[in-house]
Amino acid sequence: MSDPRVAGVGLTHFGKHPERTGRAMFAEAGLAALDDAGIDPDDVEALFYGNFMGELAEHQGHQAPLMAEAVGLDVPATRYESACASSGAAIRDAVFRLRSGEADVVLVGGSERMTNIGTAAATDALSIAADDLYEIRAGMTFPGAYALMARAYFEEYGGSTEDLAEIAVKNHEHALPNEYAQMQQAITAEDALDAPTIADPLGLYDSCPITDGATAAVLVSEEYAADHDLDTSVAVTGTGQGGDKMALHDRQYFARTPATEDAADEAYDDAGIGPDSVDFLEVHDCFTIAEVLALEGLGLYEPGEAIGAASRGETTREGDLPVNLSGGLKAKGHPVGATGVAQLISITKLLEERHPRAEDVEGATTALAHNAGGTVASATVHVLQEVEQ
Amino acid sequence: MSDEPRDEGFDDLLDAIADGEGFYVECANGHGSLPPRLACPQCGSQDLSEEPLPDSGEISTYTVVTVPTPQFEEDAPYVTAVVDFGPVSITGQVRGVDPEDVETGQVVGIGVGETVTREERLLVFEPR
Ligand SMILES: [Zn+2]
Repeated sequence: MSDPRVAGVGLTHFGKHPERTGRAMFAEAGLAALDDAGIDPDDVEALFYGNFMGELAEHQGHQAPLMAEAVGLDVPATRYESACASSGAAIRDAVFRLRSGEADVVLVGGSERMTNIGTAAATDALSIAADDLYEIRAGMTFPGAYALMARAYFEEYGGSTEDLAEIAVKNHEHALPNEYAQMQQAITAEDALDAPTIADPLGLYDSCPITDGATAAVLVSEEYAADHDLDTSVAVTGTGQGGDKMALHDRQYFARTPATEDAADEAYDDAGIGPDSVDFLEVHDCFTIAEVLALEGLGLYEPGEAIGAASRGETTREGDLPVNLSGGLKAKGHPVGATGVAQLISITKLLEERHPRAEDVEGATTALAHNAGGTVASATVHVLQEVEQ
Repeated sequence: MSDEPRDEGFDDLLDAIADGEGFYVECANGHGSLPPRLACPQCGSQDLSEEPLPDSGEISTYTVVTVPTPQFEEDAPYVTAVVDFGPVSITGQVRGVDPEDVETGQVVGIGVGETVTREERLLVFEPR
């Protein structure tokens, strides 16, 4: 079995761009990815596209054909919706399509327009990743759900809002040279701790911002890369996906994420590696506590141990296991359906040493992308590795 | 609200709780879940029955929501909690106690209340 290669990547600036339509953003990202790959666009055989809230934000369903058209492609296109893990799920199916030999060149990506509807409507739109009858009707917001998990974590394992603040400080620092990031500004732990509470114990700086943006990547078969002499050194060597009960109250754990554990086990097995091989990673930190849950679910820390990882300096760019060198969802921004592919883009650029934080992972060969939906009722994990051309 | 179609299972449960006759769905293997169910979400069993919901439970985790969605605009701040009733856990709002005084492990009963903002029904918990 051959490992698909990342032939090219492209993205828009992540931030507040309320006037930009989803199609215009995706066109920019998709064309940039095709240009970066340097392939003939006629060779693209399918689009795998992630989007979460297009019906609510743009009154636009059936987005995938629209997005293929926006990039100038006449190919079958399918939209993937798994809440915040939408484009992680799209990557996974793109990988399967290439591995099976059914396609040699595919475009994968995502786009999300969010700020045009305002904060209140965006908060409402994000909340629908939860169970409408039993969670939303009880007033559970997206931050509220992670607040329930954060309190459960503190009660079970210890830790504090000070530990969470250090995660926010780290990810903001990581984003400083990232020209695509929504927040290129340093914060202090005091800033985070003094910020208004959104859903106790989580405050404003524990939360990712509301973001407009699009991402795209050209994935090709190993054979196509060789035949066309493509300059591709990054391969997707492992893929995994996990699921869990939709409503938090129906889960066995509130402070652990079995969907991430299952996705990671499958992805490690698929790539033939273990957690010890991971040099750096991008995890789904929609909230600071989510980074903690991800690191533990990925088997990189024992349950209860990752809460202090940023405070101890282990996951900073100088640490042994840099996490979210792009700035993460927290500082880079979280255009929901585009996020999974954004992680793949960051990792590709870091491995190819064309990312402003590349020097922090010099010599690294193996990285993970962890994308999670809702309160982790969906999770995908991908292993990306530098390979011989 | 009367013009809206009912949500089968969910509205039946709220009616039952309002009448003091709350129930949950139990499968042949003893797994609890909330309606509507045709299959047990834990094991897939289709041998399901309605069993009386224990009349009190313990708060497993909670949050005080200060930034709500529009449908709870005038309700905020409010306490959302997950309460463990034994065979099932349920999410609802804790009322009748100062948010500052809510704690995990607190014993609460369940009832049906109304939201301030839109006068919509919701599950509420009150200290026992
Ligand atoms: Zn069962």
